[in-house]
Amino acid sequence: MAGKLLVSATINGEAVEFLCEPQQSLLTCLRDILGLTGAKEGCNDGNCGACSVLLNGRLVNSCLVLAAEVEGCDIVTVEGLASWQGLHPLQEAFIAEDALQCGYCTPGMLIASKALLDRNPNPTEQEIRSWLAGNLCRCTGYDKIVRAVQAAAQHLESSRRIERVAEKG
Amino acid sequence: MKPFAYVAPASVDEAVALLAEKGERARPLAGGTDLLVQLRRGRFDLDVVVDVKRIPELTRIAYDRAEGLTVGAAVTCAVLGEHPEVRGLYPGLLDAASIIGGAAIQGRATLGGNLGNAAPSGDAIPALIVLGAEAIVAGPDGGRRVPVAGFCTGPGKTVLRRGELVVAFHVPAPHPRSGASYVRFIPRGEMDIAVAGVGAWVALSAGGDTEETSRVEAARIALAAVAPTPLCVESAGAALVGRAPVEVAFEEAAALAREAARPIDDMRGTLAQRRHLVGVLVKRALRKAVRRALGVS
Repeated sequence: MAGKLLVSATINGEAVEFLCEPQQSLLTCLRDILGLTGAKEGCNDGNCGACSVLLNGRLVNSCLVLAAEVEGCDIVTVEGLASWQGLHPLQEAFIAEDALQCGYCTPGMLIASKALLDRNPNPTEQEIRSWLAGNLCRCTGYDKIVRAVQAAAQHLESSRRIERVAEKG
Repeated sequence: MKPFAYVAPASVDEAVALLAEKGERARPLAGGTDLLVQLRRGRFDLDVVVDVKRIPELTRIAYDRAEGLTVGAAVTCAVLGEHPEVRGLYPGLLDAASIIGGAAIQGRATLGGNLGNAAPSGDAIPALIVLGAEAIVAGPDGGRRVPVAGFCTGPGKTVLRRGELVVAFHVPAPHPRSGASYVRFIPRGEMDIAVAGVGAWVALSAGGDTEETSRVEAARIALAAVAPTPLCVESAGAALVGRAPVEVAFEEAAALAREAARPIDDMRGTLAQRRHLVGVLVKRALRKAVRRALGVS
């Protein structure tokens, strides 16, 4: 039978090497080998979005990616959102808007929302709802999550405005 | 998942050699949004998964005004949807490609995977059929081009022979007064599988800038999720030729498509509902295609 594979990737900005079996998913390796348990296993077939991560800047379900496929790739998990300066504005907004209860879907919601705001900084409510259609929440409901994403978008927009003013001196 | 070996060849030749050697014991892996789910459910028992995403020909998009569009089989729907010429000239293809799964699936799912999976409900397949697309296939005995209309032979079954791999799709350059569209019915807003789907393509003769004053030069209609394979209904397209692209003509095409559909009852819909939907969706798809052909979308 096939032996283990050595995979090199960048995860949350750090170069990482790990050994995996060819049939192991990225989700399994993140959680069980690398100790990054933020991404969750929900359905394990690409419907619930609890395992969402960014792969080379694109939103993917890590349950539908083999770990072997990420050789040389850049991955961001929920653990990579906060910085030394504190939580990411999305995380702050999810807290402020009470956009979580049990928290199981939250890492996926945060990562999916980041992917959206990275390419569409000012999404409409409909765009947020449609983008998050692949992330299921079974307790909070979606209204608070949508409000949190809108609040984070506004916060990020005002930060950019302040930066632009600062640059002009 | 049962253990298997993982290989990511860098060339078409290497991939074909591996697929030829292993036959049924190997499958190409593009986005994995179908294959990995099927492997988990034990649908295939494989010795090797051949990841084709490291092969340049499979991940390239090229457009040429004379040649038309070539899309690598492993180009993701997200990348396809960001390509300026695809957005401008092939909106009918994006109608379908952009509704396969939600955002996370879009980042992985591919046209080659959608066709190779050969689900009767594969949204991209009718869209490719009506655009006259061909699959560019590599194999141990050389290459061949297979019209997408004749590619699927049954649920999960295709014309591919041992060792053959879809490398890319060729979509002809758009006829100057043509439009295509794909519409489907699903109970949700997104993230669902078609109960029924319809692709339409219409080319209008020169002259006439409204529906009433235009004439259809050629038309194609293809259906999803209402037969064992995606279905091209030639009679429905032929019924429109020479006529003004207006409701009375659309009704006739819709009736022919309803007759050609061979739907089943299943958890997504009943036979009667699907046959009804075919008629409704043919008319919607035609209206949208004609608006695009007239440049009034």
